[in-house]
Amino acid sequence: MNLTLPNRYQVIRGVKTSLTHLFLLTVAATCLFPLFWMVRSSLMSNQTIFTDKSLVPAQMYFHNYVTAWTQGNFGIYFLNSVIYTVSVVVGIVLVSSLAAYAFSRLQFWGKNAFFYMFIAAMMIPLPGSFVPLTVLMNKLHLVNTRLGYILCMINVGLSLSILLFKTFFDKIPSDLEDSARIDGCSKLGIWWHVALPLARPAIAVVVIFNALNVWNEYILATLLLSDKALMPLQRGLMVFQGSHSVDYPVLMAGLTIAAAPIIIVYLFMQDQIVKGALRERSSITEFL
Amino acid sequence: MKRTIALVLSICLVMVVGCAQRTGDLNKIVIWHWMTDRDTAFQELARRYEQQTGVKVVFELYAPSDVYSHKIVASAQAKILPDIFGILHKKHIVAEFIKSGVVADLTTDFNADGKAWRNSLFPRALAVNQFEADNPYGVAPGIYGVPIDVTNIQMLYNKALLAKAGVTEPPQTYEEFLDVAQALYRVGIEGFVSGWGELWMVECFASNYAFNIMGEDKVMATHRGEVPYTDPDWIAVFDLFKRLVDHHALIEGVVTKANKYAEQDFALERAAFAFNGSWCVNVYHEMNPELDYGVMLPPRVNMDRPMRIWGGAGSSFVVNDLSLRKDKAIAFLKWLTAKEQQVFLAEKTKNLPANRTALSSIPQVLADFAAAMDDTTHPSVWPLNEDPQVVEVFDKGLQSIIIGEKTPAQVAAEVQKAKAARMQKQQKRSQM
Amino acid sequence: MSKRSALAGFKVNFENFLFVLPAVAIFAVFYIYPFYEIFNLSLHEWNGISLTKQFIGFDNFRELFQDAVWWFSMKNALYITFIALTFQNVLAFALAMACDREIRLKGFYRMIFFIPPVLSEIVVGLIWSWILNAGQQGGEPIGLLNFALDRFGFPNLVHNWLSDPKTALTCIAVVHSWKGFGWGFVIFLAGFQTIDRQLYEAAKVDGAGFWDSFWNVTIPMMLPVIMVVIILTILGSMQAFVLILSMVGQGLVYHTEVPVTRILFAMTGSSRFGYACTMGVTFGGILIVVSYFLNLMSKRMKQA
Repeated sequence: MNLTLPNRYQVIRGVKTSLTHLFLLTVAATCLFPLFWMVRSSLMSNQTIFTDKSLVPAQMYFHNYVTAWTQGNFGIYFLNSVIYTVSVVVGIVLVSSLAAYAFSRLQFWGKNAFFYMFIAAMMIPLPGSFVPLTVLMNKLHLVNTRLGYILCMINVGLSLSILLFKTFFDKIPSDLEDSARIDGCSKLGIWWHVALPLARPAIAVVVIFNALNVWNEYILATLLLSDKALMPLQRGLMVFQGSHSVDYPVLMAGLTIAAAPIIIVYLFMQDQIVKGALRERSSITEFL
Repeated sequence: MKRTIALVLSICLVMVVGCAQRTGDLNKIVIWHWMTDRDTAFQELARRYEQQTGVKVVFELYAPSDVYSHKIVASAQAKILPDIFGILHKKHIVAEFIKSGVVADLTTDFNADGKAWRNSLFPRALAVNQFEADNPYGVAPGIYGVPIDVTNIQMLYNKALLAKAGVTEPPQTYEEFLDVAQALYRVGIEGFVSGWGELWMVECFASNYAFNIMGEDKVMATHRGEVPYTDPDWIAVFDLFKRLVDHHALIEGVVTKANKYAEQDFALERAAFAFNGSWCVNVYHEMNPELDYGVMLPPRVNMDRPMRIWGGAGSSFVVNDLSLRKDKAIAFLKWLTAKEQQVFLAEKTKNLPANRTALSSIPQVLADFAAAMDDTTHPSVWPLNEDPQVVEVFDKGLQSIIIGEKTPAQVAAEVQKAKAARMQKQQKRSQM
Repeated sequence: MSKRSALAGFKVNFENFLFVLPAVAIFAVFYIYPFYEIFNLSLHEWNGISLTKQFIGFDNFRELFQDAVWWFSMKNALYITFIALTFQNVLAFALAMACDREIRLKGFYRMIFFIPPVLSEIVVGLIWSWILNAGQQGGEPIGLLNFALDRFGFPNLVHNWLSDPKTALTCIAVVHSWKGFGWGFVIFLAGFQTIDRQLYEAAKVDGAGFWDSFWNVTIPMMLPVIMVVIILTILGSMQAFVLILSMVGQGLVYHTEVPVTRILFAMTGSSRFGYACTMGVTFGGILIVVSYFLNLMSKRMKQA
């Protein structure tokens, strides 16, 4: 029998991998724990939630989820949240990638000034802006409309998305664009056919970031919208947080329902990050 | 790919634009409120009212209450306030609302029919919504709001926990209270909990004792700037908190507790005493129906003066003066404060009714709360309120005494300094 | 230059401008106009509702510079930002690097690390206050952390985490970092994916070890992404406040106050809208100055 002891290189590599995994697992555990706690609490009752410290509740009240959905009117709120998220994300990706492409690749009067204006906007929080904003929206007949809220939320994510896109567009080698231009592509065509596909990781990040912001947003929604039929999911959750008595299990159930779709969006998007990167590598090797 | 995107975009556009503005319906009243706990009860009452009168009432809930306040302020500027709403601000802001013309004067309605509506409600509840002649806010005297419930803030004690420490009677004086706290500490039970992570609650406790120690007139004189906060009576007020700390009377982390969590602590029997308002009855009942507790006035320091607690209207609604449905709105509020509806609300939400005749079917503990309604006072009814920035220094100072960072004398000096600075600034501004 | 080429030049310029037109239009309506109003309000004394506003010029700014509580809250925010820049971002970077290689369960880790950002701040505040609760019931600690410390043999480490001025802010900063590292992780990961593998292989051929290729390939290629993450971290951490409100309320004197909570107090507590706007404008100005210097620094580093 020929027993080969693992050589030094393999041992070091093995230790490195195990340590890496240990590190990753520890952090993952701290991330998972609150989610686990949330789900576990959602399956308890208001009486047992404080007294029972066990990790898995003895009696599971799945009914809490049904209560959360019906009491919280989740049906219409869910639909609204989806509408807002999709509209805002699509809007932002289009508007900000167009602008970022121009900042990165095109020349026009006042280019730097405009860019720094967007960056500066990220820095200056506008607390209390809801007052002039409401007055303005009312003048434009946009208060209490879906369109008004969507435009507002597009503005919220605009600066950051432009910055992210520009950072990625800057890294694209200009040979690809030149070859496309030689092929007769218009500027818009280059943006659509060359720049956007290459910036797939950036699109994924922008989508995730804005989707999350819109999905979790409730302050602007409460301030700008008055019709119950227009309210997003987070507003429905507020109903469970009474000023005094909080129905914690139902609240936790509602929060779990609210968190699920955005996790799914993330799963899909992070898949795109990998796919996009692979595609880019292959396109670069084609040129070399 | 392009076609899919175009399709998605057009769907979005349709959904987005396809939401036309509501047309004004003269037979519909819109009410904006923040009371999450009462929303279901309100919806039921709206349904009943529509059945009885044919007028549609729409209750819209916006929570939490600070977001609600922001919405009211923004909507006031944009002039899109609903027919009925609430103002959660201090009285001088309510005065501004009135002066900007969005709040209707309801005095004539209250006084109609030989003051029928007026007399059915607790005078203290009305007082909070009332502006007297010669008020410092420059508002025409009258009643501007409708209270829909009353409340007051007192002390509660857990009978079972007290028995464990060998105490059979709740303490009558502050000294006795401190002794009881010591006894509890010896048997490992936390003494006192309150939502002192919320500044107004600390202020309430301090204010009650300020009134007890030095009387209302001296407190008002301090607000006017005639008496400094370094006066020995005020130092005695600050010292009360220090003595609580010295006697181990306070629960761990009391200055970071929002009232919600303080209520949890008392309901789950983690502390023997609580300082909370009558709304707590509902909360305790939901969390622990078996809780054996009683209500008492905070035990006095100065036996020569009465103990004045804060109380009055719990929640009030005002009517939008610019509304086209003003009369219908007032009629609805009159209905809402009538005996039958008040009894319904009291039963459903376990809050004290604003209507005096509706006290019949409330639990005993609530009745004990109600008994003290005549001893109540409230910043809204004081002739003069302290500047909010000075109040913040005051409240934060009390917190720093509780966590042992500062002494009462230091805090008193700080508050007086802030007061002097604010008074100077006000003088300068009025000269500008 | 002939007229025709000048006209053509103008046409190209305008065409290029059309690319940014939608963004600029939305921005002008929803940001510039409110900003103008806010700046205007910062020069007035106003309570948010009355019909009259008192013009006081730069008096609010003068008052702000002498407001000790404001600068203390700024210091608290800086502390949170510092913890975020170091603890949060180093963690995110290390995790992204670890996940970039071909290891098992990569997808699983990527999913898990994004869970904290997904949870709303209210949930995070709620759950962590439970964990860090310092109370006792029946002789046993209520909070999970203290309970675990007590149970597993470290009873002397049991502490009132959220109500001790010395530890409260640090706990909040750590929870804030915990919630935020998922973002850095995602952005760093996307950045790592765009680094050409061939650069690493070329370095290995040249005989570079792990640390050499790290400093000479990884860091330079990731520099723009690192700058973006740094700027985002600073902006996000300086403006954090929902977490604080849900974990410690208004409590603990001024030890857990941050600029945004001060602004909220001016708006709702003392009803001084003009002063609140002054705070907002000053805050924004400070952030701009900080990012400008960061930008300068990063340009210098790129040249080096």
